[in-house]
Order: sequence, then structure tokens, then C-alpha cells
Amino acid sequence: MQDAKGPDQLFQRALAEGEILLPKCDDCRAYHFFPRVLCPHCHGTAISWKQAGGKGRVHTTTVVRRKPERGGDYNVCVVELDEGVRMMSRVEGIAPGEVVIDMPVTAFVGEAEGVPAVLFKPSEG
Amino acid sequence: MTTELRGKSAIVGAGHAGFGEAHGLTAYDVMAQSALAALGDAGLKLSDVDGLFCTMMEDSMPALMAAEYLGIQPRFIDGTMSGGSSFVNYLTSATMALDAGLCDVALIVYGSNQRTASGRLVTASRPPAYEAPYNPRYPISAYAMAAARHMHEYGTTREQLADVAVAARAWAQRNPEAFERGPLTREDVLGARMVGDPLTVRDCCLVTDGGGAIVMVRADRARDFPKAPVYVLGSAAASSHRQISQMKDFTVTAARDSGARAFAAAGVTPADIQAVELYDAFTINTILFLEDLGFCAKGEGGAFVEGGRIAPGGVLPVNTNGGGLSCVHPGMYGIFTVIEAARQIRGDAPGIQLKDIDLALAHGNGGVLSSQVTAILGSQNTL
Repeated sequence: MQDAKGPDQLFQRALAEGEILLPKCDDCRAYHFFPRVLCPHCHGTAISWKQAGGKGRVHTTTVVRRKPERGGDYNVCVVELDEGVRMMSRVEGIAPGEVVIDMPVTAFVGEAEGVPAVLFKPSEG
Repeated sequence: MTTELRGKSAIVGAGHAGFGEAHGLTAYDVMAQSALAALGDAGLKLSDVDGLFCTMMEDSMPALMAAEYLGIQPRFIDGTMSGGSSFVNYLTSATMALDAGLCDVALIVYGSNQRTASGRLVTASRPPAYEAPYNPRYPISAYAMAAARHMHEYGTTREQLADVAVAARAWAQRNPEAFERGPLTREDVLGARMVGDPLTVRDCCLVTDGGGAIVMVRADRARDFPKAPVYVLGSAAASSHRQISQMKDFTVTAARDSGARAFAAAGVTPADIQAVELYDAFTINTILFLEDLGFCAKGEGGAFVEGGRIAPGGVLPVNTNGGGLSCVHPGMYGIFTVIEAARQIRGDAPGIQLKDIDLALAHGNGGVLSSQVTAILGSQNTL
């Protein structure tokens, strides 16, 4: 994606390079997610990319129950980043049922369904 | 809908087909049988229909497919797809079209064979790009996360969720048309297979076949049909998101807006409503909608449904046919909230018929708590 132009392409290209970029409106200064050509808050079209701080909290969570022979249970959650945006993801490194609401988590770029994806692990300390 | 449209249209026919398992039939077969049932109820023929309001799970142009199948050339078509709420939403567009003279006989219709065709929820929609890699199980994971947040913020319990399913079953047990009529206790719900924490399989709606249809005309000729007319007093929509990760507050749905608008249009309040038909795709839905529509305060929905308070003989009759949890759920349930509300008002409900119902509420939900549509229906006495 050398010639990435659109917001989705730019986000995915950064992700493939191990970076999490978040769109931020130049006008109202609010972040948004998912990436798009306008700001959903003020509808401005001047959008800049900012490196995500990576810190957030689990806003809500569930365990998707799956038979062990098909891979077992896994976590699906919605994380609210310190920037104020939310994204669907999963918390890795602990049992899916141990992910709880308000738990502090840290983002990293991993892989989901064979594509680069924002994943989270419990924050240390 | 605005107050100017209050009572301008009426439901003069309602029908359904293929409840449970419709072996050997396609979704369009079930749709057509439903249309014939509703038209028969109204004493009308397919050739009388000049307004068609339809969406299905199978195609990108389902209203056109339905018109072709039925052999009609409607003057007015609305195929707006807002998920299961679509069919409640059509009450608004049908009323507008009838009032404007764009059609004279409006047919709202749906059909599905999802149970016998695949045994699971059929959906034509693609998973959202920014959610799909995490493999949420749609739609359960979305509703599970709403339930988890409600429990976290308000102390709502799994027992209270279970009581929603138990109440629905109690209504269904008295409805010969309902698909699941076996006994169900709170312990049964809690002990059932967990599918998406905190929801067990008994917190989830049925997967059945089935279709439903409604026939509407302008109010000025509504008394010329065999059954007592049921008037649309108010109907209103609101939407808040498409992807669950974009829902601003997981404990508040757009039903707060759709409900307020529908009540304002109808000129009534929640206290006036005698029967409440809610789209209960999952047990958390009933709790959320009772709160957001104003039947109880935010956060008190759990206590409101506890211990049979919305079951037969309780304080408020909710989902008197057994709902999507126990009566029927063929992918999109919205039309059945309208059918049951209309039949309670007409006095020919298939299960428990409540006494002297003049005002009933039908509420449709679409997507993942995304689209909310509220309709208030009334008898001749409410005009």
C-alpha cells in the first residue's frame, strides 16, 4: 500500500508497519475512530494523524464460547483509549473470562484473522 | 410521525404463516402465505394492493422480488432496511403514503425460512470492517456487551435477565401459536449453555421460520372491513449507530428518542399503555426498552422485570404472545410486535387476550441496538 491515499488505507498501512495512528480533527481537536474523510463530531474535513498513546480501559467485554476442538473460548471487548475513542478488540495474555470492565490495558499491534490488528494486554503495575 | 398524522391510517388486516418450521418452503413462499393471510383477514385480494413495504434477509432488492413473486405492480414501494425494526418503521411511511394518496392499500410483509434452511440466523449484511477481525459472534456478542455494561453500571443481575425469559415463556405457554411452550425456570435459564457471557442460550431469541403481514388503509374507510380497525396514533424512529463499538452509551438506546416522539405524536404517556410488545432478541432488550420508553427509570429495569412482574398476572403485560424469546423469531421479529399489539386491541389475540385493550405499544429494534422504532396503536375509542 505504497500509494495509500484514503483514511482506511493510511490506517492499515501504518498498522502493517507496526504503528497505531488515530485520526484527529484539526478544527475541533477531537479524535475519532474509525478513520473517515470527515470528523463525525464537527464535520470538518481537515484531519491529521496522531500516534496513539496506547493506554486505555476496557469499556465492556464478553467471552465468545466456542468448543475446545474449534479453538476454545475467546475474548471480544470494546476498549476506550485515553484519546477518547473506542474500538473493538480483544485482550490477550489472560483468560478471556478474566477481562473485566474498567481494566487498564495497553495496545500493541498483533494479528487477528491473518491481518495486522490492534490488540491489547493488561497494563502492568 | 407528527400529531397531524395521528389516527390517519389503520390496520385492517393482520396475518402470519410458517411459524416454527416451514419445511420445503422458501422465504418468499412464507412471505406470500403471510400476505394472503393478512389480506384474507381484511377481506381484500392481492390485486387490491398498490403499496408494498417489504424487506427480507436474502437479497439486495427484496421488495422488488416480493412484488414480482406476488404478481403485483405497486404504485408505491418502500424497502428501507433498518433490520428488524423495518416493519415498525413502515407504519410511518405507509401512513404518509396513504395520507398523500400515493397508495390506497398498503401491505407490510416479511417472510423467512432461516430455521429449516440453515438452522441459524441468516443475514445478508457483511461484518463491519473494523470489527470483523476480532470475530464477534453476531449479533450475540453485541448484546452480551450491552448486558455486561448494564450489570456493571446498575447492578442488574443474571437472575433478572433470566426472569425476562421466564415471563416470555409463561405468556407463550398460553399461546397455541408459540413455538416454545415447555416449562422454563430461572434456574433453567441460568444453567443453560453459555453462548456469550453473560448470556446463555435461553437469554437468546429463538431461531424459527415464519412470516407476518399487515394491511393498512386510510382511516376514512377503515370501518368498511370485517375486523375492527386498529389506528396508528403515533410512530417514530431513531438510530444511534451501526457497529456496536460505535454505540455511545451501551446502557441507553435510541428508544429513548423514538419513544418520546411516538408518545408525543399519540398524545399519551407510558402510564396509558395497556399492552407492551417489545422486540426481545435477547433478555437485555426488554430491560433496556422498558427503561428507555419510560416504563421505569434508567437502571431500574432489572428490578422492574423481577419475579413475574411482566409475566401473566403481573404489573405490566409485556410480550403477550411470548415474544421472540418463546413465540417466534424468524431473523427479523419487528412485524410480530405490531401484529400482537393489533390483535390485543381487536380482541382476537391467539394466546392470553387481555381485557378491554384500547392502547398498545409496539417497539422494533434493528441491527445491534442500532435502530429503534416505536409505534402506538389504538382502538376506535382512542380517536
